Amino acid sequence: MLEIKNLHVEVEGQPILNGIDLVIPDGEVHAIMGPNGSGKSTLSYVIAGKEEYDITEGDILYNGESILEMDPAERVAAGLFLAFQYPIEIPGVATMTFLRTAINAVRKEREQDELSIPDMMKLIQGKAKDLGVKPEMLKRGLNVGFSGGEKKRMEILQMALLDPGMCILDETDSGLDIDALRIVSEGVNALRSENRSMLVITHYQRLLNYIVPDKVHVMTDGKIVRTGGKELALELEDAGYAEYDEELA
Amino acid sequence: MAAVKETIDQVKELDLDKYKYGFTTDIETVKAPKGLNEDIVKFISAKKDEPEWMLEWRMDAYERWLTMKEPEWAKVEYEKPDFQDLYYYAAPKSSEAPKSLDEVDPELLATYEKLGIPLKEQEVLAGVEGAKVAMDVVFDSVSVVTTFKEELAKAGVIFCSISEAIKEHPELVQKYLGSVVPKSDNFYATLNSAVFSDGSFVYIPPGVRCPMELSTYFRINEENTGQFERTLIIADKGSYVSYLEGCTAPMRDENQLHAAVVELVALDDAEIKYSTVQNWYPGDKDGKGGVFNFVTKRGDCRGANSKISWTQVETGSAITWKYPSCILRGDNSQGEFYSIAISNGLQQVDSGTKMVHLGKNTSSRIISKGISAGKSSNTYRGLVSAHKKASGARNFTQCDSLLIGDQCSAHTVPYIEAKNSTATFEHEATTSKISDDQMFYAQARGLNEEEAVALIVNGFAREVIQQLPMEFMAETQKLIGISLEGSVG
Repeated sequence: MLEIKNLHVEVEGQPILNGIDLVIPDGEVHAIMGPNGSGKSTLSYVIAGKEEYDITEGDILYNGESILEMDPAERVAAGLFLAFQYPIEIPGVATMTFLRTAINAVRKEREQDELSIPDMMKLIQGKAKDLGVKPEMLKRGLNVGFSGGEKKRMEILQMALLDPGMCILDETDSGLDIDALRIVSEGVNALRSENRSMLVITHYQRLLNYIVPDKVHVMTDGKIVRTGGKELALELEDAGYAEYDEELA
Repeated sequence: MAAVKETIDQVKELDLDKYKYGFTTDIETVKAPKGLNEDIVKFISAKKDEPEWMLEWRMDAYERWLTMKEPEWAKVEYEKPDFQDLYYYAAPKSSEAPKSLDEVDPELLATYEKLGIPLKEQEVLAGVEGAKVAMDVVFDSVSVVTTFKEELAKAGVIFCSISEAIKEHPELVQKYLGSVVPKSDNFYATLNSAVFSDGSFVYIPPGVRCPMELSTYFRINEENTGQFERTLIIADKGSYVSYLEGCTAPMRDENQLHAAVVELVALDDAEIKYSTVQNWYPGDKDGKGGVFNFVTKRGDCRGANSKISWTQVETGSAITWKYPSCILRGDNSQGEFYSIAISNGLQQVDSGTKMVHLGKNTSSRIISKGISAGKSSNTYRGLVSAHKKASGARNFTQCDSLLIGDQCSAHTVPYIEAKNSTATFEHEATTSKISDDQMFYAQARGLNEEEAVALIVNGFAREVIQQLPMEFMAETQKLIGISLEGSVG
């Protein structure tokens, strides 16, 4: 379970998040929707532990424990996973090498044995196949020259491999055509389970047709201004965010 | 007490004449006195039981050295060694060696641990007294070395110490020694010519493809090559050899100054691939006690269609001054230089290559990856030149520098001289920093800071790592991570 309590965040003295309260119980999928600049991506980075943000007030608890003192790698080991809106390229590092390194790093931190090379290959190739990631892609430099759809599929593949308890998907639908969106969503849905929760951040309702949320939150100006069921997303699609955001009105 | 007995025997063999050398020595002394003079040169030559011509060669080099000055053009700063305050001859077994691993610096042992080096090998690397004997047992080296030597002999390959070659193959040594790096080449090479301790000698007969990678590893375990290493490799017509030098494990050494010379000769249609992993002690966190590595390495593509390829991974030493070069004399000959130079802490590296195009249609390729971290300074210095008769000369140079942190520096100093209008020289250079985004992305996948740096740097240097022989690749990847420990955060 993820609990965010009265979270205030600044960047270089500029307030970005102004008191977020959010609870995501095990097994639930929540969506956060909001206009550009509302602080959605900041929230995802803060949960994942990116350094440049100052938390001035509040706390984030995962399974009852504050994660604020943990470094990003420790959060991953604890079960948090962020799928990036813009996955980063690491030239010269073969995707397969990166995946192997990540899996073993997380296993080590979780006090599990490292996987043998054959077991590792089997695991990665199996999950890659499910997500339509071609073997050829695993040999290329991580995210280098990947299309938008390939990059997002790679994010979901990493999510599947690192076995998280809490997945945060930051604008996973951006840059995807309908076919890619369907494949990625199927991958995400396959990971839904009783003991895994998800936070889906998106600008558009379209993604939520595929990944159907239990709850929808509307975020503007660094605050959650309304919470409802999945039908709230449809309402927003028609009416936009103007009602919640003075600048858009 | 095998070691002591061996030392006694060695000293007995010396047949010392105290008047001849101007000093005396006894059983307890394993070093000649400090300083360099004619007597020391004579002593070294006599200790190795060298023929007269070799002594004359050394003496000539010594005379020339007296007239030379240390070069000062490299971008390195250090207190110049007092050459009269150094030892030029030390017996392989030093009385100052640690008696067991308990006496070795625990940090060094921790590094061996990380590299996965077995205990017995750690003893040899750390210079533990008598470790060589233990090594034979572990390695079962009697059988390993014997099988290995038999196989080479069958192919007609000569692979021995240079001291042995001087005695057993004088015609080859006399023909080729100093033919690539002349005795008077530069201050350090000339010093080496006068006092070189030992090193490797390789001769590959015409048309022979050397049946295995030749590694100094086999040889170093047999004898201490000392601080003035001398290597000579000759690939006769149509032959091929791949040679590995060094070791990924940090080597403990009492000698601060290292001045090696390596000469390669490739005759018609021959190819030499020379790979180095250098990880000498870089000094403590204040930069004290590190090795000064002043090396002259040069290959001569003497024959038509010959090829020489240098690959180096430089991670150790306090000061590195090293430019493995190719003289592209034969028509259609090719030279290659692939380099990874890592500097951390207070290390200073000034390294690169020279590609000297003399023959027609010669080509060369330079891929240099410099990584600077800590407060280090890392300079690429390279020369690409085409003689006026070198029609159709081609070069491609790519120099990439990666900076970690904001207290280190990277410099690129390429010299390009084309005296022939048909020469095509390309030079590309980049300088970048490890981006915060890359670091965060890797950390958000469960890697800690050090693992993330190691991964990104390995990616940056991949083109060069791929040139290494298989057995070195995995070790080198680990070594890159270890060399950069403490460079972030």
